[in-house]
Order: sequence, then C-alpha cells, then structure tokens
Amino acid sequence: MVNQIARFVFLAGSMLLGVLVFQPAPGVGAVAAEASGVPVPSPTKGRGDKCVAETSYIRRYHMNLLSHQRDDTVHDGIRTKQFSLKECVDCHAVKGADSKPVAYDDPSHFCRSCHDYAAVAIDCFECHDSKPQKSAATGEAFRGALLALEGYLKARKP
Amino acid sequence: MSQRRDDQASAQEHSRRDILRGAAALGGVALAPGVTLHLIGGEAAARPVEEAVSDAHRWGMLIDAGKCGDGCQACVTACSEENGWDLDARDPTDSQWIRKVELRDPKSGAERTLPMMCQHCASPPCVDVCPTGASFKRADGIVLVDKHTCIGCRYCVMACPYNARSFVHEPLTDQKAHAPRGKGTVESCTMCVHRVDAGRQPACVERCNDAAGGAMLFGDLNDPTSEISRRIAKYATARVRADLGLDTGVYYRNI
Amino acid sequence: MIDMATARIAYREIKGGTAYWSLLLGLGALVLIGLGSAWYMEHHGHIVTGMSNRIVWGIPHVFAIFLILAASGVLNIASIASVFDGKPYKPLARMSGLMAIALLVGGLAVLVLDLGRPERLIVAMTTYNFKSIFAWNIFLYTGFLVVVMAYLFVQMEATMHAYVKAAGWFALVWRLVLTSGTGSIFGWLVARQAYDAAIMAPFFIAMSFAYGLAVFILVLMVVCKINGRELGDALIDRLARLLGVFAGAVLYMTAVMHLTNLYAAEHGGVERFILADGGIYTAAFWLGHILVGCLAPMVLLLYPAFRASRALVASACGLVIAGAIAHLYVIIIGGQAFPLLMFPGQEVSSSFFDGVIAPYSPSLPEFGLAVGGVALALAITLAGMRVLRFMPKNLADERAEPTAKQSPA
Repeated sequence: MVNQIARFVFLAGSMLLGVLVFQPAPGVGAVAAEASGVPVPSPTKGRGDKCVAETSYIRRYHMNLLSHQRDDTVHDGIRTKQFSLKECVDCHAVKGADSKPVAYDDPSHFCRSCHDYAAVAIDCFECHDSKPQKSAATGEAFRGALLALEGYLKARKP
Repeated sequence: MSQRRDDQASAQEHSRRDILRGAAALGGVALAPGVTLHLIGGEAAARPVEEAVSDAHRWGMLIDAGKCGDGCQACVTACSEENGWDLDARDPTDSQWIRKVELRDPKSGAERTLPMMCQHCASPPCVDVCPTGASFKRADGIVLVDKHTCIGCRYCVMACPYNARSFVHEPLTDQKAHAPRGKGTVESCTMCVHRVDAGRQPACVERCNDAAGGAMLFGDLNDPTSEISRRIAKYATARVRADLGLDTGVYYRNI
Repeated sequence: MIDMATARIAYREIKGGTAYWSLLLGLGALVLIGLGSAWYMEHHGHIVTGMSNRIVWGIPHVFAIFLILAASGVLNIASIASVFDGKPYKPLARMSGLMAIALLVGGLAVLVLDLGRPERLIVAMTTYNFKSIFAWNIFLYTGFLVVVMAYLFVQMEATMHAYVKAAGWFALVWRLVLTSGTGSIFGWLVARQAYDAAIMAPFFIAMSFAYGLAVFILVLMVVCKINGRELGDALIDRLARLLGVFAGAVLYMTAVMHLTNLYAAEHGGVERFILADGGIYTAAFWLGHILVGCLAPMVLLLYPAFRASRALVASACGLVIAGAIAHLYVIIIGGQAFPLLMFPGQEVSSSFFDGVIAPYSPSLPEFGLAVGGVALALAITLAGMRVLRFMPKNLADERAEPTAKQSPA
C-alpha cells in the first residue's frame, strides 16, 4: 500500500516537474507547428506601434484583463480605456474586401485569427459588436449643442 | 399663472445650461484623450472615467402624463435608436425597453397615456430573485443586468411588477457599442447609464424635451436643490404600484 | 443483502433481457430527442418556442417542476420506513431513494437545458445571490442528490445501518425545505396576482406527496410485472389508500387558496380568470386538476371495492399524474397569462401586451425537452435497478408482515 502511494506520488511529481521545467518558449510551438504544416496564426497588426501592454503579456492575459474590466465597468461605472473591449475592437479592426471592418463571422476577424487556431470559442460577440463604431461622441455633442440652441431660441419667442 | 412663468423661466434656464453644456462637451471631446472636463452645472455632471460610482446621487425621473401626447412615441423611438432594439417588429418575443401605456377608466371613459419603463426601484424584486446576482442595483440607483453573469432563467421577468424586462429570443447583430445585448440574456431600460456616466441625459428624456411634449425630467433625487427634487416636493406625484413598497425612482404626475 | 432463513429482506438486480433493453433503448431515444430539442432551442434562441416576453416559463417548466415535486414526494416511502418505522414500507426504501435521485436529475436537466445560456451553468453553481430563493433551490437540489446518495449508502452498506435513522431524518428535513423552496419560487413573487401567497410552500409539499407516490406506485407495478416479482395486495392497498389521502390533501389546499382569494375583492380578477373566464386554464383547472387529478383518484383509491382492482389503482395513479400536469399548467402558465395589475381599476393597453391575457401555444421543441427529462428520470431508475440492488426480490404479503424479523431500511 505504501509502495503504491509512493509510486503514485513519484509519478505525479515528476510529471508536474516536467511540465513546469519544460515550458515551451514562445515561438517554439509555432515553429513546431509550422513544420507540421498547420498555418500559424498571423493576426493583422493593429493601429499604432504597440498594444496597450506588452504583446506577450496581452496574449496570455487579455481575457483576465477584459474580465476584470467588465466587472469594473458594469458594476462600478469605471470606463477607463486601457483595457476596454470597445478600444480593442476599434484598434484591431481588420478591413475586408470592401474596405469596411469585418465582423466576427468573417474568419479574417482579428480575434478569430488566433482563437480559431487555438480552438477556443469565445462568446463576447454574441452581445458586443465586433466592428468598431464611429465615435459618436463628437457628433452627439455637436447635435446636442444645436438642439439646445434651437430649444433656447424657441423658448425665447414670446 | 406664476407657475407657468416659473416653468418657462426654468425651461429657459435649462436651455441655456444645455447650450453651455453642449459647447463644453464639444470642447471636452476635442481635448486630448483621457482628459475629461467636469461639465458646467447641469443635472448630471460627468464623472471621471476612473472613478467608481457612489451613492452620492440617486438618479430618477419625473414624468408628467398631462404633457404626454396621445400617440406620441418620441421616447420609445429615441430609446430604440440609442440602444439598438428593433422598433418595428411587435411580436411578444420582441424586446421593448420602454413603451407607451394607454389607460382608460372603464366608468368615466377618461383616457391617459404615459411611458412605462424600468422603474429603477430602491428595493427591486428583480434583484432579489436573480439566482446569480446578474440583476443588480448600481450604487447610484440604476438597476441593470450584468449580461456576463445572466444565465437567462427569466425569473426576474416573472418578478418584475412593471413588465419592464425583456428576454432576447434570437441571435442579434450590429449591437450599439455602448449597449451590448445578446441572445439568451435579459435586458431592460438602463436609464442610458452610458450617457449618465458621461454627464448627459437618457435618450428618452432628451428627445421628449427637444422634440416632443417635454413631459420627462431626469435628475438627482438625492439632491434637494435639483429640479426633479423641487418638483416632487412641490407637486402631487404618484408612483406606479406604490403599495408594493419598492421605492421606485420614476415618479409620475397626472396619472 | 443476504437472504437468510430469518426472512431478512433480499434485494436483487432486475433482470436484463428483451423487455429491459427495449424499454431502456426507447427511453434513450426520447432522451436524445430531448437533447436535440435543447440544442435547437439554444442555437436558434427561444424564438423557436411558444414562450414570449409575457409567458417566459412554458411547458418545459411545467414538467420540470412536476419531476422535482415527484422527486421530493417519492422519498416519502423511505421517510415513512426510516423515520416513522413503517415496517411494510421498509423493503421499498431503496427504490424510493433511487427514484428520488432519478426524478430530480430529470427535472434539473430540463430546467438547465431551457436556460437562455445553459453553458453558464458553472456561473450558476458558483455565483450565488442568497437573497434569491432560486439560488437557494440550486443549492438545495444539488445537495438533495448528495443527501439521498448518502442515505442510500447507509441503507445498502451493512456496516452502516446504525446511521439509517439519522440519514432518514436529515433527508426528510432537507426535502421539506426543498419543496417549500420550490413553492416559494412562486409564493414570494409580489408582482403577480396568481402568486404572492404563503400557502404556495405547504401547497407544493402536499402536491409533492401525491405526485411522488403516484409515480412510485406505477413504476413499482411495472417493474414487478416485467420481472415477475410478486407484489402483495396488502402492500398495494396501503399505498393506494395513502395516495387517496394525499390527493385529498391537494384538494384541500386548492380549496383554501381559492376560497381565500375569492373573499378578497382585489383578487377577484385572477380568480374569475382561473375559475371561469380563462378558456384553457379554466378547463385545465376544473377538469384536469379538480376532477381528473383529485376527485376521481380519491373515489378510486378510497373506496375499497375500487381499490381492490390493480388496474383501477394504476389508472388512478395515471389520473393523478395527468391532473398534476394540468394543475401545474394553470399555476405556472395561467399565472403568467393573467396581466399585471399596474393600474388597478383601469383598462390598460400597450404595444408590450399590457392588460391583456397573454396567448401561449407550446411548440414541439418544448414538448421534446419536457418528455426527454421524464425519459431521463425513468432511464436512470431502470438502469439503476439493473446495476445495483434496489428492488426487493419478493414483495408478497407474507414477506411484508410486520411480525417477521426485518433488516433496517
């Protein structure tokens, strides 16, 4: 009985050690995959020269960042832009054949280029729009100002 | 008659503030990203984006059914445009965040109409019954659905005394960026929380005041000097199903 | 369990063979149909069902709540055996536990698969709002499975018999809380005229007793018939009489609830709807619930001449089950169909179907899912009896005599 336990612990421990020590360096897996004939994802570059955080960090932790951000936004009304999904979508828009940004159902969508490869289904875009929407703020503010002026002038009339 | 002058004066004041606010918003938008301006005066000052919401304010509405036009759908249209739900299809499976309710007294035949939406109760039954806590009340009184946590059980739809909640029955596309909505979750009036956080008014209130009867007023119920608080203190107002003791945030006049 | 000369209860797995396999495969096909219906509903959205924004809970919920109530009620047999030392029921206690688990799993499967986002079950099981009776129910339902499994274990493991009574008590209290919780899902809703009543909790307990026992008797009769195991008349007589009493209890609760509502003018509208004007709801109430579900079974089961016939007893059980579905239809769907009274005394109309009786016509996927859940419950029962020793070898009256030495159950 003790032998069995000891054997099990040894096996489990060495497997765990192996997994921890022999972490594939980023790119190693990709090279291996390349060799096997599966096309490695090459997502279209976003706007600007870098992402809101280190690329390797974002690649691994973007879901954690987004999950945290969404709680902050929905429950506390914190609308910082650094890890906002809207900003990600705006920056990482991929233009299709008609030079309009593609939606998530198009395989060339930025998120799909990696998520299809990794076979990790995401459901963000069941609720969120996957295309950037033109910033309405300028338009709204201007329209708001015009309407206010109109209202003021109307109210002034005797 | 002095009441009418009062109303006119406050309406003018309101419009002047609107222009200043509009101009300031325009200026604010033009500034470098990340810098926000506290807008001048107004019922809802924009909160800095990194600041969490607090119970310093409690947002509410006052709706004067007397000024509500029979057949006018301005608030409903404004909401559907702002939040991206379909106005045309009117099946029982379609979402409606706000609707015009027509009342008729069976004895006298007297008729009235008023907009009905989520009443943003202080003790919301929908929040009590939600098994996952997806239906929740924000610190400033706005009742929302966290669609990341909503499992679509529809218990809140059963629990709401105002039929305010809608369940999304089919896959959706082209949602507004500021109002994500999707199949299998429940939704309702958010009091345009994205606008309120930016210091603006809900779309329905704005449209009613700009282009219709001016029946709707939005403001801070916690601030005794706000227009809404002053009017509620001055005029006889009622709340729908007040007997349930839910302390709703939406008040009505002339119903 | 060893079959000793001292006449301890002997349990044996039910036999395989054509009857068993064709039944199991048939049930399996229905389960697949249920899964297919669930996938169809989830993929296309609830627009493919008859449910809408006015009727958000439909046929799947009617059957799910039936299965959950039956699950709680079927454990009565084991409770009477362990907790109240009802000797004639002791041989049936294991089967009662198995069916409690099976029926609950079937009911939960229907509920979960009908969710708008069933893939968020993990969220539902890890994120709780403890003010919600629904959240408590998730905890109570899954806990019930563990409690009954433990209860079965102490019954079936010879060295653990000392704990049977304690486990029996625990299970009894747990299921009373669970069933009260299920009733309170409706009883605690202030918004709707048909709900918002404290009686819903004890009402659902009475309903669970009747529905659970009806299902139990039917399954017992069918399994014994197929496997050629003797089933004593005295035992059937006892169970049938008990069911008659339970049907009477349901009738009593119905009377109390509606008479109380009728006395208050404010509930006049919904009472008129259910008892008179409601079309299908009125028919389901009087014909389905009162006549078929309560009065006819009471006559068949409480009148000795009728009770003596196995066929009539089985029919009475079927009637109770049919009446149960009708009753739950009136409660769950009728309660939603009746409009909210936002402006009492006023005629209300709107584009969101305020002020009108909401229409509801159930769709095929809803029935598919509901039937799939029932089939799952029965399949688990059948397979469980085949694999483990839940069924007594012999339930003839000589075996069930109280004077014979019995093993604790």
